[in-house]
Amino acid sequence: MPGPFRAWLDERLPIADVLAMLRHKTVPQHRYSLWYYFGGMTLFLFIVQVITGGLLLLYYRPSSSEAYESVAFIVTRVPFGWLVRSVHAWSANLMVAMAVAHLFSVLFLHAYRRPRELTWISGVLLLLLTLAFGFTGYLLPWNEVSFFATRVGTDIAATIPGIGHFIVRFLRGGDDVTGATLTRLFGFHVAILPAIVTTLLALHLFLVQRHGMSVPPSVEARAVHDHKAIRAIPFIPHFALHDLFAWTVALALLAGLSTFIPWELGIKADPFAPAPAGIRPEWYFLWTFETLKHVPATVAGINGELLAVAGLGAAALGVLLLPFLAGETHRSRRVVVWTGLVALLFMAAMTMLAVQASLQGATP
Amino acid sequence: MSDTHATGRRGLLNWLLGLTGGGVLASVIYPLTRYLTPPEIPEAETHSVSAGSAQALVPNSGRVVPFGSRAAIVIRTSGGELRAFSATCTHLDCTVQFRPDLQRIWCACHNGQYDLTGRNVAGPPPRPLEAYDVKVKDDQIVIARRS
Repeated sequence: MPGPFRAWLDERLPIADVLAMLRHKTVPQHRYSLWYYFGGMTLFLFIVQVITGGLLLLYYRPSSSEAYESVAFIVTRVPFGWLVRSVHAWSANLMVAMAVAHLFSVLFLHAYRRPRELTWISGVLLLLLTLAFGFTGYLLPWNEVSFFATRVGTDIAATIPGIGHFIVRFLRGGDDVTGATLTRLFGFHVAILPAIVTTLLALHLFLVQRHGMSVPPSVEARAVHDHKAIRAIPFIPHFALHDLFAWTVALALLAGLSTFIPWELGIKADPFAPAPAGIRPEWYFLWTFETLKHVPATVAGINGELLAVAGLGAAALGVLLLPFLAGETHRSRRVVVWTGLVALLFMAAMTMLAVQASLQGATP
Repeated sequence: MSDTHATGRRGLLNWLLGLTGGGVLASVIYPLTRYLTPPEIPEAETHSVSAGSAQALVPNSGRVVPFGSRAAIVIRTSGGELRAFSATCTHLDCTVQFRPDLQRIWCACHNGQYDLTGRNVAGPPPRPLEAYDVKVKDDQIVIARRS
């Protein structure tokens, strides 16, 4: 950068301070360091979503009479439209996968511990918002599968006593899933959720920067035992290059999936047609979908659905408040690991059952 | 004395400021929440609709037709009898269909099943389907909400 311009900028922006901080920043290096890169990959995919989402907005029309046709126009007529839509859809799925991997790695490595409680809470909220992005974006192409998924997904809220009906009307913009729902979810998807996520993301990244990377208790204990300091690598260039490599891997995966398995558009939604056989939500909601299938109508006189919804709500709250529920002892950390493993196994088993059912054509 | 006066005046001013702030906040939040709640649109309730040709509906088959803003299902049993129900699954709002192989009304979303009287017999649905009256007039099936 030419001298006078750099001097001009330095006088107005804290560039020198930031550079000095980055030069001195180090990142711990140990056998679990690989898991540090999942948060970065989630961030990369979020940036891809912002860019491709902005591009899709140029042609998309959020009304029940035009939405399906406008997406069909994007994927058939607009040059590279198929690629942009496919990247957006695949990146959304990969982003959920990376965010979930990031959450479980933080959980298993106990990185939620003091003083990173707020980092954990903001992270869990970001994951929930990512799922909300998935749910609101799913309906936008206005196809058969997404129409019924939205009808089921919003109706789940109806089981909540007292405010359930209000929430359903709030989400649907009326009593039924109609064009009003499409417009509303579109507004959430492109304006309200991005505003909230950007703010929370800034907080999350600030906190990560403030506290640095957490070192797992086992690595800490070993270092103390061996009287050795934990190895660290400079953030610039080592960690930044590793991160760049991870982003490149994510990009390659995204490009491969989007090109060779382009995202399908499906059949246009018909509100008066029966739900098609083999209907199912996105893979990350499959385990909840399968759980709802197996919950009986009533359990000990209580509405089974209400019990399932209450269970899911309690689990989400437990995850959110994990840093305050988990103790500092070795024993309580083991409880966290086993609970996490059981939850993962349950979700994997339910997802497998759902996939199996859909492969069999959903015949009873 | 003047100090107490000042504190009292300051307290009052703080209280007034808080009240104003609260008022401003309420005047923003109230319209916002009301705006987010969709208005109830009074809709003429549908009492009966024509559901197509009776001849065309062969035994052991069903047909889903619009009934106001929702869907209804009309079926012809193997015995030739016509029956009609609300097509909205009582579990989670999906639209049901007739399954000739099972001779049941079936919901594809969570595998809920109803018998041909609309009773929930398998899967998660908590209640039976609402039954409608069926009449045939000049080969047209007419289904009507029970009064």
